[in-house]
Amino acid sequence: MHEYVRLEGVSKRFGEFVAVDNVSLSIDRGEIFCLLGGSGCGKTTLLRMLAGFEAPSGGRILIDGQDMAGTPPYERPVNMMFQSYALFPHMTVAGNVAFGLEQEGLPKAEIERRVGEMLDIVKLGEFARRKPHQLSGGQRQRVALARALVKRPKLLLLDEPLGALDKKLREHTQFELVNLQQQLGVTFIVVTHDQEEAMTLASRIGVMNKGQIVQVGTPTDIYEFPNSRFVADFIGSVNMFEGKLIEDEPGHVRIRCPELEHVVYVSHGISASPEATVSVAIRPEKMEVTRADPGSSENRTQGTVQDIAYMGDMSVYLVRLPSGRVLRVTLPNIERHADERIVRGESVYLSWQPSSPVVLTG
Amino acid sequence: MILKSTKFGKRLVTAVPAFWLLLFFAVPFLIVFKISFSWMQPVQPGYAPLFEWIEETGRLVASLNFANYVTVLQDPLYLGTFPYSVKVAAISTILCLLVGFPMAYAIARSRPSTRNLLLMLIILPFWTSFLLRVYAWIGLLKSNGVINNTLLALGVIDQPLTLLYTDFAVYVGIVYSYLPFMILPLYANLEKHDLTLLEAASDLGASPTTAFFRITLPLSMPGVVAGCLLVFIPAVGEFVIPSLLGRTDQLMIGTVLSAQFFGARNWPVASAVAIVLLLLLLLPILLFQRYQQRELEAAKR
Repeated sequence: MHEYVRLEGVSKRFGEFVAVDNVSLSIDRGEIFCLLGGSGCGKTTLLRMLAGFEAPSGGRILIDGQDMAGTPPYERPVNMMFQSYALFPHMTVAGNVAFGLEQEGLPKAEIERRVGEMLDIVKLGEFARRKPHQLSGGQRQRVALARALVKRPKLLLLDEPLGALDKKLREHTQFELVNLQQQLGVTFIVVTHDQEEAMTLASRIGVMNKGQIVQVGTPTDIYEFPNSRFVADFIGSVNMFEGKLIEDEPGHVRIRCPELEHVVYVSHGISASPEATVSVAIRPEKMEVTRADPGSSENRTQGTVQDIAYMGDMSVYLVRLPSGRVLRVTLPNIERHADERIVRGESVYLSWQPSSPVVLTG
Repeated sequence: MILKSTKFGKRLVTAVPAFWLLLFFAVPFLIVFKISFSWMQPVQPGYAPLFEWIEETGRLVASLNFANYVTVLQDPLYLGTFPYSVKVAAISTILCLLVGFPMAYAIARSRPSTRNLLLMLIILPFWTSFLLRVYAWIGLLKSNGVINNTLLALGVIDQPLTLLYTDFAVYVGIVYSYLPFMILPLYANLEKHDLTLLEAASDLGASPTTAFFRITLPLSMPGVVAGCLLVFIPAVGEFVIPSLLGRTDQLMIGTVLSAQFFGARNWPVASAVAIVLLLLLLLPILLFQRYQQRELEAAKR
């Protein structure tokens, strides 16, 4: 893999407010890199700095080895798809897509050919003469994409690309976007607050919080091996317990959590000082709900089913522990017939594998 | 019941301005139209009735006088004033646009706190009398006026320039007086622009200049059209500014009109001038209406 984008200690301050705080990042050619975070975490500011709409207060941005400082947006080898799409309302679809090529001073015939090709790729060929206000949201999104891609950028920045679409269209578009990206070999940097969007699109995700990148990794890394309470909590849902390290061996640890009556045994070592306060995070789908006693003396607890949310493919069980803590457990609905299913108010045992818990010190 | 009452309410709401227009536009217009076809007569009311009931024959006699229109359209005194007025108004409008656009643009892009102050400054001159402000220009433009004296003192010129009673003075007067009518609709338009469009243009490789001409300017056309008409239409019929600041050898239509009404007391010819002027202005007004209609329809969708 070849590094294409490099951020070195990039910061952005607006007066007293630090929007982006010392971000260093390396993104390879052909990647789909997602910047994921809540609103105000600095992800959009970071994207705008890459596009050249904001100048960094500190640090360096290199695209294909070139320092971008002082290069205006219209001279960067980068195109952006705006969250609002920012289509030119007074131009037709074809006019919008042609705009970027006209700036390059290409011959008319060449522009026409490339616009036609691009509109075919995004399946908007027959809408070429329409104005943006005559299109649906999904069609507008595709015009915005076509307009950015027709310039054959090496790097495409996408700001909440699917944000304005409804759920069905979103899912469909997600897969289309990935296909297109692979077909054209463009590097994508996507900003989103939607973890599902990030998970399905990204080859790697950078989770942002308060202007910093707190973890970078593949979707699996981020989900299964979060490096902090923030990431564990932000991505998916999680049951988190405070506890004290009571046994710390290279191959395993034991943690006592006041909210659980049994000790948590984790089958991998961690780096923490003895007697340290740590958090144990267990994903809802990694817990088992049984009527029968699981028999083990560790990694188990007991509770009463307080509520069940039936979601079709799976059900979410809210289980109240004797300590008053409510845990979230999800089970796939494999059986069609509901006779055997656990019902509300039942006493159940919860258990999990020693490899399931993630121990977090940060 | 509710439907009925809202319908009634709607009618009531449109009836008020409709009645207003009827009373203060349609009726006076018809009166002027009528007078334009009558004969001038020295006794009150200054023009002969169009229709007369002749007792002896028991007939209604209509005496229409087309000579007023013939005069207006043939007499070089009148005929020359129409193209001249249109020319002066058109040049003034273009000058207004050239001066007003950058100002409106600057106001629309300034910080919201300073924006209101700048708008206030644009409207401020309206607080003094229009006539007074035009008179003030005489003091500025005359041969021993402020401008000439300053230029002479600075040594830029050694002969006073003839500024007053020229076309230039009329342009200055009209641009100065009508500038707010250009700036305000332009500002209203420019202020609504989505600035991410300019970012998008820049992202697609357009320099700021290109982005202005390809994005900002076409999108501000409704404001440009509205502003130009608001300046052009009253400027064509303007009579205070040309009679105070303008040439004496070439009159504007408004000056002629007022001279006929108040000086010569020839109401029929004056009315004919007014009707021809109206017909002349009808074209841009209709164009504007069609443009507005299109904009409205586009906005609805």
